[in-house]
Amino acid sequence: MDIKKTPRKLNVKEKYRLMTRDLAWEPSYRDEKEIYPYVDYEGIKIHDWSKWEDPFRLTMDAYWKYQAEKERKYYAIIDAHAQNNGHLNVTDARYLTAIKLFLQGISPGEYAAHRGFARVGREFAGVGPQVACQMQSIDEIRHAQTQVHAMSNYNKYYNGFKDFAQQRDRIWYTSVPRSFFDDAMSAGPFEFLIAIGFSFEYVLTNLLFVPFMSGAAYNGDMATCTFGFSAQSDEARHMTLGLECIKFMLEQDPANIPIVQKWIDKWFWRGCRLLTLVAAMMDYMLPKRVMSWREAWNIYGVENGNALFRDLARYGIRQPMHWDDVEKSIDHTSHQIMLGLYQWKFGTAFHSWTPTASDIEWLKEKYPTTFEQYYLPRWEYAIAQKEAGGEYNNFGLPKLCQTCQLPCLFTEPDDPTQLAHRETEFEGEKYHFCSDGCQHVFDQEPEKYVQAWLPMPALMQAPLKGDLAAWMEWVSLEPTAAGDYANSEDKANFEKWRKQVSTD
Amino acid sequence: MQIDVQTVNIEQKNQTFTHLKRRFGDKKIPSRYQEASYDLQATENLHYRPTWAPEQELYDPNLSKIRMTDWYDLKDPRQFYYSTYTLTRARQQETMESNFKTVESLNLIENLPDQVLKIAQDLLIPLRHVNYASNLNNTLVCGYGYGTVFTQPCIYHAMDNLGIAQYLSRLGLMIGDVESLEVAKQDWMNSDAWQPLRRSLEDLMCVRDPVEVFIKQNFVLDGLLYPLVYQRIADKHLLELGGSGISILTQFMTNWYQESVRWVDSVLKTMADESPQNKAVLEEWVGSAANHFTSVLLPVVALAVQGNDADELVSEVHDELMTRASKAGLFR
Repeated sequence: MDIKKTPRKLNVKEKYRLMTRDLAWEPSYRDEKEIYPYVDYEGIKIHDWSKWEDPFRLTMDAYWKYQAEKERKYYAIIDAHAQNNGHLNVTDARYLTAIKLFLQGISPGEYAAHRGFARVGREFAGVGPQVACQMQSIDEIRHAQTQVHAMSNYNKYYNGFKDFAQQRDRIWYTSVPRSFFDDAMSAGPFEFLIAIGFSFEYVLTNLLFVPFMSGAAYNGDMATCTFGFSAQSDEARHMTLGLECIKFMLEQDPANIPIVQKWIDKWFWRGCRLLTLVAAMMDYMLPKRVMSWREAWNIYGVENGNALFRDLARYGIRQPMHWDDVEKSIDHTSHQIMLGLYQWKFGTAFHSWTPTASDIEWLKEKYPTTFEQYYLPRWEYAIAQKEAGGEYNNFGLPKLCQTCQLPCLFTEPDDPTQLAHRETEFEGEKYHFCSDGCQHVFDQEPEKYVQAWLPMPALMQAPLKGDLAAWMEWVSLEPTAAGDYANSEDKANFEKWRKQVSTD
Repeated sequence: MQIDVQTVNIEQKNQTFTHLKRRFGDKKIPSRYQEASYDLQATENLHYRPTWAPEQELYDPNLSKIRMTDWYDLKDPRQFYYSTYTLTRARQQETMESNFKTVESLNLIENLPDQVLKIAQDLLIPLRHVNYASNLNNTLVCGYGYGTVFTQPCIYHAMDNLGIAQYLSRLGLMIGDVESLEVAKQDWMNSDAWQPLRRSLEDLMCVRDPVEVFIKQNFVLDGLLYPLVYQRIADKHLLELGGSGISILTQFMTNWYQESVRWVDSVLKTMADESPQNKAVLEEWVGSAANHFTSVLLPVVALAVQGNDADELVSEVHDELMTRASKAGLFR
């Protein structure tokens, strides 16, 4: 070979191919099946891994450079935020419930995504998807860490943040997002990508991320909103990856289509159930509202979702099963969840409250066909109890859905006066579900979902045996972190400090 | 003159998160490394067993023969979390970028002696495939290892290996365009010198014990390869032959290796200190892999260094590795 050759100018695609694709080789001393033992068992057929189109062509030097710039800016801003008592700039301390939920429920999910993407970044037998997934893995640990750092300052002044690590594994409502991510991670590599890469990052991210980050911006939470801006370009990469992975699977073999469709059906429903918590956040927890859940759904769910599934129709993919049930539930779920959280507020490491007069006006306007008719009377009942010196609590333990782990508090899609309840018998045991969607997910893989850890039965079993005080200690829940915001230390402190700042 | 900026003083309720207080007390404000690393992985009440391996837990410390009472003892002395990691690498890549520019503007590659170019082509460029194997191996450790302080540096290490493979690829493109990479790949696939190493890496890619992979890849193989290729050959031998143009472009690898040794040795030592059982397992892995990789690397080194010199170099580096092992508490 003539060594001294003047290098050609390579285009970006060719250069990226040489820098990544070309690094791999076909093993000849060991069988590929020994190196990649998990690529086959889900039944997905891949004939040519090289057909994977790299969704973004980022070499490591460029990655380090761009990401370091973003990190510098991010930490400069959250340092300033901490130094200047930026927490006192939030609209009012009710807002903090939203970010307590985020830290307890979503940040651990970012971490799980980090580990999950590392696994699939190892298990896929093609270097293209390997590298793309590894990059998402390292991004996801970034998100988990920047979120913890942003919340760290809030933790210094407010209740409900401090033991998110223990509460992630033990308290009842975090079981909802954790079961979602555990479900994805315990699935095979291809299903994981459909669950997190496609359904979560591509279809649903706008319904989670945009509301939270806009909520932060509207409510003066500089720390969280800076995180949002800083993560935006990462998220854009993740969405492209999600779309590429689904197209890749669909184009490789027609036999993949029904498998992928089944996963889309499952993960769309799983995702929408998870998002009911975001719905409650948008409609109830933001002192200054961005838009209603209904409005967000119309834009990010209906418009974007329809466009996406029109696009995927050419592969033979249809709209997810139970789409109509989701549509019918949109005007109801936020109210149902918030009423639920309020009646079990003695058991949550965040505060909830009854809507104020102006909240009620807003809810009436945004939900003209449902709020006044079905939910206002229940809020009025709770408010009346409070005014009479009592408190509206439900010390009965909710029946949790075996699949989504939310309490069975949703109504029938076509009858908002009837609680929905489904049952399946499997190997002599009865299992309960909140909906047809969740029952369907269970029925596809009962041997998986019977394993679910259900926090309510755990409370009744040894060693807690139904002792609520022992349970609170076990989940590290201090009474000051729970209950109605109206009587909370957070409220009293926030108002005191605000006054102190404005009179100084 | 010192100016004291006054801000409103508000009494803090909590110094720190409870899980950090349990570990470190609350006398000191925890570092960002601690906040970013400790107890982030779920440990209890995991919902489902993996469908891909139902005998395992979703996060399973028993995937390894190594046992730790607390996997969070395996902290990274560099205290890398995402931010400190990327800031460090961004600085290094800036240096490398200016190194590439210097080499280009001074025509350092064109003016290299043929002997140096040949060694660079034969020895350095095929190594990008070795980095790819290490990238996959470290990704496995991150995915299946236990406890964030142990697993998070492994994804950084995996991405570093990808970065090194890419620096080597750029070097190849500079010295011989696309053909350089093609020839190197043919060597990697077919030439006698590389086959024992390729076989060993394919074997290692079939190992599923995350700690075993970590030790054999990061302590043993890299512990022989980097001192041989970068410290001895690129930074000394090639320099003597007039190859400074090459050494400038492998500076990242030399510095990176020195930095990672601190972390890898500390992990090894902590595991060995934990119990005699761990020590025995580690001795078995390190002992067998060190002998094996030493013999595998001999023909590779011989691409650059002739006859007895190659033997001497390899046994010198083997001894160095054993000294590191001994400092970590093994074979004593």
